[in-house]
Amino acid sequence: MPPAITAEGLVKKYGDTVALDGMDLSVPEGTVFGLLGPNGAGKTTTVRILTTLLRPDAGRAAVAGFDVVADADRLRAHIGVSGQYAAVDDHLTGAENLEMVGRLYHLGAKRSRRRARELLERFDLTDAADRPVQGYSGGMRRRLDLAGALVADPPVLFLDEPTTGLDPRARTTLWDVVAELVAGGTTVLLTTQYLEEADRLAETIAVVDHGRVIALGTADQLKDRIGGDRIQVTVESAVDLETVRRTLAPLAIGDVQTDAVASQVTIPVVNGAAALTAALGRLAAEGVVVRDAGLRRPTLDEVFLTLTGHHTVEHTKESVR
Amino acid sequence: MSTLRFALADGMTIAKRNAIKIKRAPDLLGGVVILPIVFVLLFAYVFGSMIDLPGLSYREYMIPGIFVQTIVMSAQITGYTLTLDLQKGIFDRFRTLPMAPSAVLTGQTLSDLITNLTSIVVMALVGLAVGWRIHTSPHEAVLGFVLLLLFAYAFSWVTAAVALALRKPEVFNNLATIVSMPLVFLSNAFVDSARLPGPLRAVAEWNPVSTIIQAARELFGNTGSAMPVPDAWPLQNAVTASLLWSALLLIVFVPLSTRLYKRAVSQ
Repeated sequence: MPPAITAEGLVKKYGDTVALDGMDLSVPEGTVFGLLGPNGAGKTTTVRILTTLLRPDAGRAAVAGFDVVADADRLRAHIGVSGQYAAVDDHLTGAENLEMVGRLYHLGAKRSRRRARELLERFDLTDAADRPVQGYSGGMRRRLDLAGALVADPPVLFLDEPTTGLDPRARTTLWDVVAELVAGGTTVLLTTQYLEEADRLAETIAVVDHGRVIALGTADQLKDRIGGDRIQVTVESAVDLETVRRTLAPLAIGDVQTDAVASQVTIPVVNGAAALTAALGRLAAEGVVVRDAGLRRPTLDEVFLTLTGHHTVEHTKESVR
Repeated sequence: MSTLRFALADGMTIAKRNAIKIKRAPDLLGGVVILPIVFVLLFAYVFGSMIDLPGLSYREYMIPGIFVQTIVMSAQITGYTLTLDLQKGIFDRFRTLPMAPSAVLTGQTLSDLITNLTSIVVMALVGLAVGWRIHTSPHEAVLGFVLLLLFAYAFSWVTAAVALALRKPEVFNNLATIVSMPLVFLSNAFVDSARLPGPLRAVAEWNPVSTIIQAARELFGNTGSAMPVPDAWPLQNAVTASLLWSALLLIVFVPLSTRLYKRAVSQ
């Protein structure tokens, strides 16, 4: 089966700023692909090109078998898009918004109306269906926007930072919806700043920096490359920090970090659960009083530090696009 | 379904969306209903009571001017809402849908046409209540209203082009006020343009707003020897000149707006 999304050497410049610098992607049909990166890395620009909103300066891309430039008109019937900023109309009700989208997908009046009601129910918006969107909360708007992307049951779905601004419950709902869609054969490309989210949803993750893919693989492969899980130990008394460091150093596969203010030691490990059990045994043997201990995933910042040698923070000054 | 049928259907969908917006937004509804009423009453009573013309009611003379003034002024509101839409994500949504790209503008101008029709009906009724009369045959009167609507429709495309070129709501609002005030007041809407000093007179006589107003006055019979028609071609042949103006605006601004729309949304 040909890939649902391909991109080869996409380049996009805004004046002197290079937003995309040779972006390559290949997303197999019926899978979830995660673009992971900080603000300004080129995630949104990539989505805008793949959804026909922007023309690339160089390179080519195809979605669902249609070239994003030459076949843009025909391509649009096969994609659904939910952007970072909710694209909904304030003065229209939730139902009217979705019906309008259905009409513009040429579903016809009756099917548009039925589809609108179905989606409102699915996203827990039935009670607000006939109220103007003006009165919706930020999370409700995001949900409605997402529903808008699903109106035509598109085979390829683009979600640009879909959970930004959602509360934990809505986030779980969204994750469930994505899982359901993919089980039904939909291809999903999503962007996120959270490794946890990419890990949870995406089979393949591309880490993006300066408009290029700098690492590609499954969540496990990436985590192995950047040193797997982290054990985080908090002690009662900061005087024990050095003991903890010394005791756990043999388990670490990278730099051990000590945070004196939080009385915390972070150790990169492989085989997280087994390593955590071993760590707690060693600390008990040394007589260290542990207040809290646990396993956590590397943060995006740690991923970046390992892969690029720089933190994500410097990116945030650049343009969001 | 053919491409043309899609384009029409999509335009209707967008027009319906705009109509719902106007119904729900008090500021927009005010522009369609309240503003025209205020204009007619204010000008009819404030100026209409002060000025006396032999053999012609100044109030009647003024009403067609107020029709056109309202068309020009309320076009600002639709241009402004277009710039607001541009700032939100809604056009991004539209552009990723398999809809006709022309539908956003045809829908917008179509809903403008409906609001203009509403405004003109409201103004005509209020006008009749305060003493405005049509002195011509029914078919001349109908032609008068059609001519006003045609100009209003063409002017919608002008506003759309300006809004799409400027894109920022504040910038648009400032410019629209600066341009529309002289456009309305440097015309024959309220004064006899022949009595203006040289350069201003030339501007007023060739101002398309004057032409449309003159045509409406002729078709409604709101003319008289107290306000003779100035000796300028567009005013001497006002009906023909109005049709030419409207056609010219459409020929220039329909393609221009369409191009500006594509540019504005592909940033």
